[in-house]
Amino acid sequence: MKVQKGIIIENKCISDNIYKLSVEYQGKIIPGQFFMLKTLDNSFLLPRPISVNDVNEKSINFLYRIEGIGTTKISTLKKNDKLQLFGPLGNGFEEDKLNGQIAVIGGGIGIAPLLYLTKILGKKADVYLGYKEKVYIDDEFKKYANSTTIVTEDGSIGEKGFVTDYVDFCKYDTVVTCGPEIMMNKIVDKCKENKVKCYVSLERRMACGMGVCLGCTVETIYGNKKACKDGPVFSSEEII
Amino acid sequence: MANLKTKVMGIEFKNPILAASGTFGFGEEYSQIYDISILGGICSKGLTLNPKQGNKGTRLWETPMGLINSIGLQNPGVDIFIKEELPKMKSFNTIIIANLGGNTEEEYLEGISKLNNTDVDLIELNISCPNVKSGGMAFGVKSDIAHKIVSKVKKNCNKPLMVKLSPNAENISEMAIACEAAGADSISLINTVKAMAIDIKKRKPVFDNIYAGLSGPCVKPIALRMVHEVVKSVNIPVCGLGGIMSSRDVIEFIMVGATLVQIGTSNFIKPDIAVDIIDGVSEFMDIEGINSLDEIRGII
Ligand SMILES: Cc1cc2nc3c(=O)[nH]c(=O)nc-3n(C[C@H](O)[C@H](O)[C@H](O)COP(=O)(O)OP(=O)(O)OC[C@H]3O[C@@H](n4cnc5c(N)ncnc54)[C@H](O)[C@@H]3O)c2cc1C
Ligand SMILES: Cc1cc2nc3c(=O)[nH]c(=O)nc-3n(C[C@H](O)[C@H](O)[C@H](O)COP(=O)(O)O)c2cc1C
Repeated sequence: MKVQKGIIIENKCISDNIYKLSVEYQGKIIPGQFFMLKTLDNSFLLPRPISVNDVNEKSINFLYRIEGIGTTKISTLKKNDKLQLFGPLGNGFEEDKLNGQIAVIGGGIGIAPLLYLTKILGKKADVYLGYKEKVYIDDEFKKYANSTTIVTEDGSIGEKGFVTDYVDFCKYDTVVTCGPEIMMNKIVDKCKENKVKCYVSLERRMACGMGVCLGCTVETIYGNKKACKDGPVFSSEEII
Repeated sequence: MANLKTKVMGIEFKNPILAASGTFGFGEEYSQIYDISILGGICSKGLTLNPKQGNKGTRLWETPMGLINSIGLQNPGVDIFIKEELPKMKSFNTIIIANLGGNTEEEYLEGISKLNNTDVDLIELNISCPNVKSGGMAFGVKSDIAHKIVSKVKKNCNKPLMVKLSPNAENISEMAIACEAAGADSISLINTVKAMAIDIKKRKPVFDNIYAGLSGPCVKPIALRMVHEVVKSVNIPVCGLGGIMSSRDVIEFIMVGATLVQIGTSNFIKPDIAVDIIDGVSEFMDIEGINSLDEIRGII
């Protein structure tokens, strides 16, 4: 992990309030890891945690949704602009723990960290993506996954309803998920019922991104853990 | 090259720039980013006699140019610090400062007696954490209570003692004078400013404890004013902190009379910011033809 200035290759809007940011970068990254991003001015204070969406030979991609001041400012950056890039941070999905048939379930912007993982898992993964209405980067998942199921709340594209309704949990050995908390809670319960191993990627407000400020505490059966350093990926069995 | 060495309380610091408690852990994480031996010193995360889980609920909230935290002194306790963290900290080749907090007099005294037998260089007594419900805060608000606790601690402490003040004190100069009279070897200030935030969607305060501590660049003008007042009130050295983001800010604190400074929240903003700040101070001195910070210390 280091602090550097990343040169932007591309920063474009790909759907309502969803941006794809591509930055020059070389180095090893584990799927599920994230970077702390910040514009070089002081228009907002803390760097923003954003997951690695995809990794190429000389660049990394991020997929982010505009939420507030930080992501709004980041969205104004253009090709060749620089931004503060600090990472890679966190413990990602450990590939050797992801065994057998795997379901990768993403909801909303939570699909972001799952693309790079799917690229690595390839045909071992059945991907389930849940969106409100507009669908994005589904094509890229289709390139790598064994199967890809698209679900929208209004049914305008793909299946209608909630993504969790379309997963047959007893078919899988391992489930990996990132998305809204309600969705992940449901998935954790279903996995427990079906005795399926489950890994979740958690979001917490964080300041340092590396285990110092103790702001992003996750309560686990082993005591307090840090979402930034011990996670963001946790086994669902350890979370209280 | 300007000379940044600073000898104070019988301790030689490479330079007057320290990492503030709670914003640098025990140094290990930052040591993976830059060579932290360049720092004048490191203040440990706030320690308590026994391990502490910290607060529940939201612990961080960003404000315009500020950060409100309600960590609640989560820490492994003095014993584990001494056994596991201190040896690593000592290997960083800089001055090691143990920041000690507490809720009761006994807790402080027992903590001190354990730290006495270690090779910690300096104790920073935190009588000012706003995030602990019982006790803690009162020590930092009322001068007479502060005088009592600092006197007892000093009598039982065989290390130099720096007392960290809260900006929430009823009268900051009186507080500093009381600590000096009680035997403090130096004063550091400010700790975080008591603050509040509301989550309007939940229609509730953000923090379970309602109030929490504000830090970052938005508090700097307050910190600078308080350091200025305290420097004029006491004869012991003062360590200034609160919102330092650049070498310029450091120079301002030195000009109002600080002997040492600490970098807090800005470690989060740019994790290697201390490198820029130390270089920047040195560069400023070279450009201005300043040989020693003594030449500008307290000129305002
Ligand atoms: C490990 C991790 C990975 C993430 N990956 C992505 C991603 O790939 N794509 C994406 O769009 N979003 C991601 N997020 C969420 C993203 O960090 C927040 O949406 C973003 O910080 C909001 O910042 P803002 O300034 O736009 O919003 P504001 O609401 O203005 O932010 C104010 C403050 O709250 C913090 N904050 C607000 N929401 C969150 C949140 N959900 N998580 C953490 N801090 C928050 C901000 O960092 C900031 O300090 C991730 C969060 C975490 C913890
Ligand atoms: C997340 C966080 C945790 C902190 N923990 C402690 C602590 O344990 N002990 C202490 O004396 N001060 C603690 N502080 C206060 C800082 O050391 C410092 O006094 C304050 O943040 C003001 O400086 P700054 O504006 O440069 O951050 C903490 C501050 C923050 C932001």
